Amino acid sequence: MKNAIGIELPEYIEGYGEVEAFKGAWKKLENEWMDSTRVAPANKAKMPHSSKMRGNLKEAILLSNPKDGMTVSFHHHLRGGDGVLIPTLMILKDMGIKDITLASSSLTSAHEELIPLIKDGTVTKIWSSGIRGKLGETISRGYLKYPAVIHSHGGRARAIRTGKLNIDLAIIAASASDKEGNATGAVGPSAFGSIGYAAIDAKYATQVIVVTDNIVDYPCLPMSIRQSYVDHVVNVEKIGDANKIASGTTRITKSPMDLRLAELAAYAIEHSGYFEEGFSFQVGAGGASLAVARFIRETMKKKNIKGSFMLGGVTSYVVEMLEEGLFNSVFDVQSFDAAVSKSLAQNTHHIEIPSTLYANPFNCGCMTNKLDIVVLGALEVDVNFNVNVITGSEGNIRGASGGHSDTASGAKLTVVVAPSFRGRIPIIKEKINNVVTPGESVDLLVTERGICVNPNHTGLEEKLKKSGLMIKDIKTLAIEVQDITGIPRQIKFKDKIVGIIEYRDGTVIDLIHEIDENEA
Amino acid sequence: MKTKKKINRRSILYIPGNNPAMIQQGGVYGADGILLDLEDAVAPAQKDSARILVKNMIQLINFYDAEVIVRINHLSTPFGQTDLEQIVPLQPDALRLPKIESKQDVMDVLEVIEKIEKENKITDSKMKIHPMIETSVGVMNVFEIAGSSKRVDSISIGGQDLTADMGIIKTKDPTGLDYARKAVVMAAKANKIDAIDTVFADIEDMEGLREETIYAKMIGFSGKAVINPRQIEVIHDVYAPSEEEIRKAVRIIREFKKQKEKGVGVFAIDGKMIDAPIVARAQHVLDIANINIDELSSIKEN
Repeated sequence: MKNAIGIELPEYIEGYGEVEAFKGAWKKLENEWMDSTRVAPANKAKMPHSSKMRGNLKEAILLSNPKDGMTVSFHHHLRGGDGVLIPTLMILKDMGIKDITLASSSLTSAHEELIPLIKDGTVTKIWSSGIRGKLGETISRGYLKYPAVIHSHGGRARAIRTGKLNIDLAIIAASASDKEGNATGAVGPSAFGSIGYAAIDAKYATQVIVVTDNIVDYPCLPMSIRQSYVDHVVNVEKIGDANKIASGTTRITKSPMDLRLAELAAYAIEHSGYFEEGFSFQVGAGGASLAVARFIRETMKKKNIKGSFMLGGVTSYVVEMLEEGLFNSVFDVQSFDAAVSKSLAQNTHHIEIPSTLYANPFNCGCMTNKLDIVVLGALEVDVNFNVNVITGSEGNIRGASGGHSDTASGAKLTVVVAPSFRGRIPIIKEKINNVVTPGESVDLLVTERGICVNPNHTGLEEKLKKSGLMIKDIKTLAIEVQDITGIPRQIKFKDKIVGIIEYRDGTVIDLIHEIDENEA
Repeated sequence: MKTKKKINRRSILYIPGNNPAMIQQGGVYGADGILLDLEDAVAPAQKDSARILVKNMIQLINFYDAEVIVRINHLSTPFGQTDLEQIVPLQPDALRLPKIESKQDVMDVLEVIEKIEKENKITDSKMKIHPMIETSVGVMNVFEIAGSSKRVDSISIGGQDLTADMGIIKTKDPTGLDYARKAVVMAAKANKIDAIDTVFADIEDMEGLREETIYAKMIGFSGKAVINPRQIEVIHDVYAPSEEEIRKAVRIIREFKKQKEKGVGVFAIDGKMIDAPIVARAQHVLDIANINIDELSSIKEN
């Protein structure tokens, strides 16, 4: 069968199950009710005044009924500094546990030690919003037994609520916890800010272990994770490397190209008709997208415009805009540095939100649905505005779906910012390796060689033309880029499916195939 | 080569002629002009490869609306003649001539240029000549240099070489270059051509760049040389007309259109005479502000 963007899909994939084809961004939701399966939080019991404190992580895991084929979940708020995921899996490996489904909200450079665990069959399935580096290369070469499932942040919450992703054991790293398991990422020496992605794991996992390096007096405030969900609490020396937890993606770029892209994007936003009093806004961290915030901040001051809320991954830059009164509030599902943690703990208008409230499509109003403007990046964009943020031009899994498709679908104005080519590799082209966000959700593509307006967004092109921006048909731009870079040879793939890209509603939008190295 | 003449010369981005990655992106940063440099930015051993690269890139790459200028080596060097032979047939928008000290210097280069153009059957050349003032002798002769040819429509001051020639150190304090800057500007004004200020070397100091650009604008420079694309935004911001200037320009152009219909050429606003040069300046302000008066309905005149 073929899905709505023309990708051929099998009816069934071993290790994943029946495949439901993507039919369009809103097709599953347009009746405004859902009849999909649902699961309830686990029923648990605890005797009064009994202790949840365990001597070490291994002891807690042993009490959590470890077994072959189990699903173990993690959050990725510790980013590149995570010191919890790998030790947990090493303990499970030492216990001889096999066929683990690893369900981490994302995977980072801290997780390359997973590779031997994939090769020896300790981990045979992965659900994640992002996979990078050598780990991505390993999976792209077919070493994981079953295809990795790539989901969006909202899609992960949906998958847990519908029971498609059943968590046996949730390991929740926290920078502070009390002995009952009330826990947070907002305070403590390893503070990482919001713990938004873990909230749903705490609620739905059969067993929950909070791992912290900072046991505080009862109660731990803020109670981002509540004691009623937590089975065990473990005090360890360090949950990770604090320097790498603050990932450094929060500085405004000095790259002239990224700044130019950001300037153009901000100018386009200013003249789009959506930049008005009370607008809501989201930008990513790092690169051109964060730099857009810099230009928008200046324009807001110049034009005396005040926004409603900012959403999503929160940087200290966003916090500064909140403190300057440019926005009423910040909803924070994931934060990026220590300064953010301080704001989260102290500013009542800086609000920690769980991923289900952030972006789950199967509820009565996730916050991405209230977005006016979102600025997103891309690894590749095709002439139908479809965006790839998961595989590189060389075919390797090396990115993250993250909140890309969630925010793109919800926002009134979705702006994708990307250079038209990187090095000598075209980014805007006829055909891309994979699609994460369908073109129907993208309104504007901003490149240094012109701005492309999705013709489905009526009236937008006319408005932008008046602003004096260089508006270009996306096909014309693709040809212009091709004239500079030439056409790279297509990557050859084998038939084996190594990744399944789920759209946020649980349908399959694309498949990632094993790279054929003999042909590469 | 697809370029078109811009009326603005607020920013001229210097790009080393031996850097293909930078040349291919030259047109995307919004600079009013780009200067592909075969001279100081290129080491002697790389002069030939830079020339070949620039020659090919200006035929291949779309620099969009930017004025494309090539800085050649001085005729007294072993590279100047070949630079002209290779670049003149391509007719970039302009040639930048370094270290010009007299009218005769311009004439000497022009003679070579015209010979090459003749050989290549270029009869109606639009290519301009931009002499660069980089020595104290050049400063003293700048008036005759600025008026040396109809093809000269811009002159610029090169602060690094000039301070070296003067035996002083180039600092952020404008005192040492003050006379030279004003002499260059006055010579340009007297000949109704553009004057371009020297580079601001510290690419991390945006406030310093802003201050120096404000000063350059105040004393009459049309624009400033740029050595990093990040500097363009600051320079354009300084050169952007103020809200008051825009309102005034809108008023002048509206009134001009009204009067033109009646067949009146000179009129008064608030008792002040408005004639053709004032109308032209007002239109220039609107062009920089990217305002099309016919599409404008929301801006009130006062």
